[in-house]
Amino acid sequence: MRWINLVLGTVLVAGVILLGLVSLAWTPFDPTLVVPGERLQPPGWPHILGTDAFGIDVFSRIMAGARVVVQVGVVAVGLALLVGVPLGVAAAMSHRWLSDLIMRGADILYAFPALLLAILLAAAVGASTMTAAVAIGVASVPAFARVARAATLQVMSSDYMLAARAAGTSPLAAAVTHVLPNIAAVIWVQASASFGMAILAEAGLSYLGLATPPPAPTWGRMLRDAQNVIFSNPEQALWPGLAIAAAVLGFNLLGDGLRDQLDPRLRDIS
Amino acid sequence: MATVRAVAVRLAVLVGSLLVASFVVFAVCQALPGDVAQQILGEQATPEAVDALRQRLGLDRPFLVRYAAWVGGMLSGDFGSSYLTGVPVGDLIWPRVAVSAWLIGLALLLTPLVALPLGLVAAVWRRHWQGFVATAASQVGMAIPAFWTGLMLVSVFSIRLGWLPANGYVAFAADPAGWASHLVLPVASLTIVQAAMLTRYVRSAFVEVLTEDYFRTARAIGWRRIPGLLRHGLRNVALSVLTVLGLQLAATVVGAIVIESVFTLPGLGSLLLTAVGQRDLQVVQGTVMLLVVTVLVINALVDVSYQVLDPRVRTGDLR
Repeated sequence: MRWINLVLGTVLVAGVILLGLVSLAWTPFDPTLVVPGERLQPPGWPHILGTDAFGIDVFSRIMAGARVVVQVGVVAVGLALLVGVPLGVAAAMSHRWLSDLIMRGADILYAFPALLLAILLAAAVGASTMTAAVAIGVASVPAFARVARAATLQVMSSDYMLAARAAGTSPLAAAVTHVLPNIAAVIWVQASASFGMAILAEAGLSYLGLATPPPAPTWGRMLRDAQNVIFSNPEQALWPGLAIAAAVLGFNLLGDGLRDQLDPRLRDIS
Repeated sequence: MATVRAVAVRLAVLVGSLLVASFVVFAVCQALPGDVAQQILGEQATPEAVDALRQRLGLDRPFLVRYAAWVGGMLSGDFGSSYLTGVPVGDLIWPRVAVSAWLIGLALLLTPLVALPLGLVAAVWRRHWQGFVATAASQVGMAIPAFWTGLMLVSVFSIRLGWLPANGYVAFAADPAGWASHLVLPVASLTIVQAAMLTRYVRSAFVEVLTEDYFRTARAIGWRRIPGLLRHGLRNVALSVLTVLGLQLAATVVGAIVIESVFTLPGLGSLLLTAVGQRDLQVVQGTVMLLVVTVLVINALVDVSYQVLDPRVRTGDLR
């Protein structure tokens, strides 16, 4: 039981990343090639998951979709991490007013979920993979700032920080040499959870047509296409949905598993 | 006295947040897109025509003046007019508010009703299969996008069983039964995801109660586990449920936008998506602002009610 989250999470996450990476070099069929004669084939051989309403191989499209998901996730989580963590650390190490200012800003950002930001950006400059990734990233900044602040406050009350301060270490140096290494573990847990959220957000955005434009295959667009034929072929909506659920579940379980390893006492409570 | 001061501070923060949020929305919609008059008229338009349109739309005024005019207008209920169609944005928004409000309100109401029992089971039987099933259900529920849940519900209840409509909307006043049948699946899709998330927090809140001294005392004087938890633990759990539910509000509002698109409900979400498709920025900024104001105001109300409800917060013992 103890390892089940970590193992299952790692397997699912590795699977998604592997599918995405392999799709860069090879997919069984062209994931954008429309073949009218092969429409809506049931799963079998050579189309192991069948074909969709355009005659495109479903498995190839899912592989290529994994690539987009990993891309958006890496950019979004990377952005949130690079902006949110320094803000959180600064909030914990600085004067009360600056700390309040930063955390109030984070509160306001909470009222702008990824989808609203993405809608604003899509309306202003047009939808693309980048607007979606930036919107998801910006929306994830407050979560990282909060977690980093809480963890830093804990480090600040430690004896080694007192010693560092007594020895005259500058705040910046202390942040880099003492704070960051000690909060890294918590940040990775947050990053894994945020990656899961990013995948969900990307799926929603591409379903609404507010992310990667066609013809690039995304899981969200596959579901939109599936909805158009849902009365005749409801099973079309199954595979992309399962892919999303498996990917998100993987990152969530990985985050939970990492946290359990870091702090076994928390396992029962959270 | 401390309560009055805390409430006053919270309200001041709310006003500040609203100002910052409205500025962000306005800046993204008005500064990023470039020359709106030119875009409306196209590349071939003469500079005179573009200038004239700019003047007519008031785009020749400085940025901050336009911002102040927009905010001032909204305070008196005027959201401006669409640059593309000239229709007042308020006329587009208000008829659709009811649809979105029903969807969001019902989902928020049902979320704790599903999450409380599920979280209780997950906490009490956390070392048994019942708890494992409840926890796993919550994990899976969190990983599934709401719109996929919607599609799956449609394929079962609308297509296979034919019990409920797959899309569309009927006003409550016109046909209460039709209204309800059109809302069941959208509300269910939105609730499942949010309830799965809330279950996690309910579970940890109940697990915490299980380890408290007062609960051990309750057990010692003869309370059975579940009645004891409900009698002595529910109030503590209720406070954290309220907090999390406040935080989930933003996610529910946004979830409703997607769900409206799945079930083609004529709410604010579908208005917003149509406006984005046409790049009708006045409609986008008005609708987004209304949603953001709703989220910020309700979160402030949750905070204030917290101040009043929890004696520890009231007296500052928690800080």
